[in-house]
Amino acid sequence: MIDPLFIELSRWQFAATAMYHFLFVPLTLGLSWILFIMESAYVMTNNEVYRDMTRFWGKLFGINFALGVTTGLTMEFEFGTNWAYYSHYVGDVFGAPLAIEGLMAFFLESTFIGLFFLGWDKLSKRQHLMVTFFTALGSNLSALWILVANGWMQNPVGSSFSAETMRMEMTSFTEVLFNPVAQVKFVHTVAAGYVTASMFVLAISAFYMLKGRDVGFAKRSFAIAAGFGAAAVLSVLVLGDESGYTLGDVQKTKLAAIEAEYDTHPAPAGLSLFAVPDDQTMTNQVSVKVPWLLGLIGTRSTDQQVTGLKDLMAQHEIRIRSGMQAYEALQRLRAGDSSDEAKAAFESRKVDLGYGLLLKRYTDKVVDATPEQVAQAARDTIPPVLPLFITFRVMVLFGFAMLFLIAASLYFTLRRTIDRQRWLLKALLWSLPLPWVACETGWFVAEFGRQPWAIGEVLPTFLATSSLTSGDLIFSLVGFIGFYTLLLVIEIFLMVKYARLGPASLGTGRYHGEAGGASAHAG
Amino acid sequence: MLDYETLKLIWWLLIGVLLIGFAITDGMDMGVGVLLPFLGRTDDERRVIINAVGPHWDGNQVWLITAGGAIFAAWPAVYAAAFSGFYMAMLLVLFALFFRPVGFDYRSKIADPRWRNTWDWGLFVGGLVPALIFGVAFGNLLQGVPFHLDEFLRSHYQGSLLGALLPLLNPFALLAGVISLLMLALHGAMWLQVRADDPVAARARKIAVPLALAVAAAFALAGLWVAQGIDGFRVVTHPPFDAPSNPLAKTVAVERGAWLAIYQTVPVAVLAPIFGFAGILFAAGLSLLRRPGLGFVASALGMAGIIATAGLSMFPFVLPSSTDPGSSLTLWDAASSPLTLTVMFWAAVIFLPIVLSYTVWCYVRMWGKVTVAGVRASGPAAY
Repeated sequence: MIDPLFIELSRWQFAATAMYHFLFVPLTLGLSWILFIMESAYVMTNNEVYRDMTRFWGKLFGINFALGVTTGLTMEFEFGTNWAYYSHYVGDVFGAPLAIEGLMAFFLESTFIGLFFLGWDKLSKRQHLMVTFFTALGSNLSALWILVANGWMQNPVGSSFSAETMRMEMTSFTEVLFNPVAQVKFVHTVAAGYVTASMFVLAISAFYMLKGRDVGFAKRSFAIAAGFGAAAVLSVLVLGDESGYTLGDVQKTKLAAIEAEYDTHPAPAGLSLFAVPDDQTMTNQVSVKVPWLLGLIGTRSTDQQVTGLKDLMAQHEIRIRSGMQAYEALQRLRAGDSSDEAKAAFESRKVDLGYGLLLKRYTDKVVDATPEQVAQAARDTIPPVLPLFITFRVMVLFGFAMLFLIAASLYFTLRRTIDRQRWLLKALLWSLPLPWVACETGWFVAEFGRQPWAIGEVLPTFLATSSLTSGDLIFSLVGFIGFYTLLLVIEIFLMVKYARLGPASLGTGRYHGEAGGASAHAG
Repeated sequence: MLDYETLKLIWWLLIGVLLIGFAITDGMDMGVGVLLPFLGRTDDERRVIINAVGPHWDGNQVWLITAGGAIFAAWPAVYAAAFSGFYMAMLLVLFALFFRPVGFDYRSKIADPRWRNTWDWGLFVGGLVPALIFGVAFGNLLQGVPFHLDEFLRSHYQGSLLGALLPLLNPFALLAGVISLLMLALHGAMWLQVRADDPVAARARKIAVPLALAVAAAFALAGLWVAQGIDGFRVVTHPPFDAPSNPLAKTVAVERGAWLAIYQTVPVAVLAPIFGFAGILFAAGLSLLRRPGLGFVASALGMAGIIATAGLSMFPFVLPSSTDPGSSLTLWDAASSPLTLTVMFWAAVIFLPIVLSYTVWCYVRMWGKVTVAGVRASGPAAY
């Protein structure tokens, strides 16, 4: 039967390895384009400071990239090692974008990255610029394909269950590719990466300006990051809003949980700014709402309702009962009954098969579930509200904080007084962790809000694991966390060391702290 | 439009191509990693070795990642059963691989000898463990893996922790591991003769011949062992090849010598072991003749031959089961749906040639001997 500890450990391991991985990904996504912009400026103006900028920020990029590759390897194999039944059940659909990611994106990014670091003397200026471009393009394409895969987990379009092969099979590749959830997630996620990289460059450049060293170098870097970041932060917020709309369309449970909407209210629904949700009683103890706003975000209308969790649960209970019949019909097919009647019985119910599988937690046979077990399974379809409610608000709050910081950075850059705004420079330096917190909480909302499903309404998470033991998982979880933490400490140590060294680490002799280097580069 | 049966066969070939591509490219980096502490005696010499693969190792590693992704997409059942069934072994490989990206990038960031020495051994482990374990995995495939599928096609296996790992390290599997390790080391030694300057290249030349002879001897021993010492698998009855994938619909017999059947039914298959021996021995000869470029091509062909021998011998099996032969997975019944195989086929047809052409461009641009004087002059701009 299902071992709850083993399921928890499997989930913790995936969450931990994925969240570690995403400490490094957003910086790669954005910094690669910032490097391309800096190097383009070098090729166009021939001003060496732009080459030094590309190389210096490239060094920090490399320190980060190494751990992105390290932790990314785990992700590629972890579906097979830890989610074997998932891999069998949906590999036909989910595996394809992953394989294409390798062919189309990882090869591009990884083949050219070595030349980015080591090819400065072997390539012409234009060739090197092209190398930088392909590195950036490759890393962003990999985000596209992994989010196509992830979008399908949230909203499994273009596929259908086959009783003969006991798995989901692809029926339309274009539907999988143009899944609205995937498209919105892709743009939201890469734009979040661009904001992360912009905040990174802004904060470290602010540090140099506060110290009054390499000011010319820092101001140029700052200006590029402010411009790039301003466009990106607007995209993140607009696409975040767009995510709200697609959620209202296809992931109603997640939207209602994020908003702690236990009851269905008359349209248009208000947006909760603050609440104390209680899953036991399914009520909010305190609630402060902005009228109309949630209805506008979730339905783009003033007359459509946002369904509350209680009503969704009632709908799910009906589907669980239908799923029991689907499961019974599937068993007949698997036992060799190939009559048209058996096939028709299964086909008419199979969209609810996933709901039937939710009962596997309580009874292996599914079809003998008691009304209490059905009700319990229906309760399971609602993820815990409080963690989602809080993390979502942290993400949005930090997003708006960064909008303010980046807008101010751009404003004072355009006024040419940025190096005198010490309050802003200090705020930027202290705000360095904000984008990472926003990215991690964003992923938490997306994936925790998908529970209890590994694949939305198709495959419950607790069924998706491998047939391993808790002992295996304790060993690997401790191994991953220990190894990753050690590497993370080394990474942060090197990052701080090289950020403090600044462009002097290039050894050109032109920068602060070098023999013959001016404290403020004139270039 | 290709029919389903042909698609299944093409994907068996394509996965083979990706695995061979992995051995030739990233296998070379792993071989170089294994040789690093022994062929490089000073920091400068070790930097020569590292920079001889430095610009390319990351792209090369994608062959491994793409092979993994392609198995996921084309043979989901194999990806599921093999990766979870070999859980402890996969963890060992992963943990060892972790040392490589950081080893390459972080080593040169600090000049302290203890720091650099630590990463050198990290790169050594990052080459040694995967090279050995991938061979051990093939050795276990040839003997069958202890897993079975239940009625819902969920895979189950025996043992956990060391209880799952130790049975994998049996004598035949260890021999396969040694073949894999030695052939990658040989391949790395050929590359260092091409791209590194003396004294590193001279040391690589010295060890190439004994390495090649050892690979050839171990490969011959493994062949005898397969013929005389272990049982092969044979499909007895099978649904049509273009039927939907259902691994439980066939019957399988376990017989001594069944792994050699293909060389009688399809005699041309014998080219694979011939290429294996000839490539490895030519690599040794060309190394002696100081023609390392051709020697590198020979060792690549030799590795392709050895890997193809293992794959062909098992045809049509890809993951035989020792505890429940009927659960064994073959290229006919572990494959994805026709649509997925078609989409992936076109993705491979379009992107593999593009990948190969820009990879070649990158190697050409970075060509030239890596020398001690060169890495010294580059300072912090090289690894």
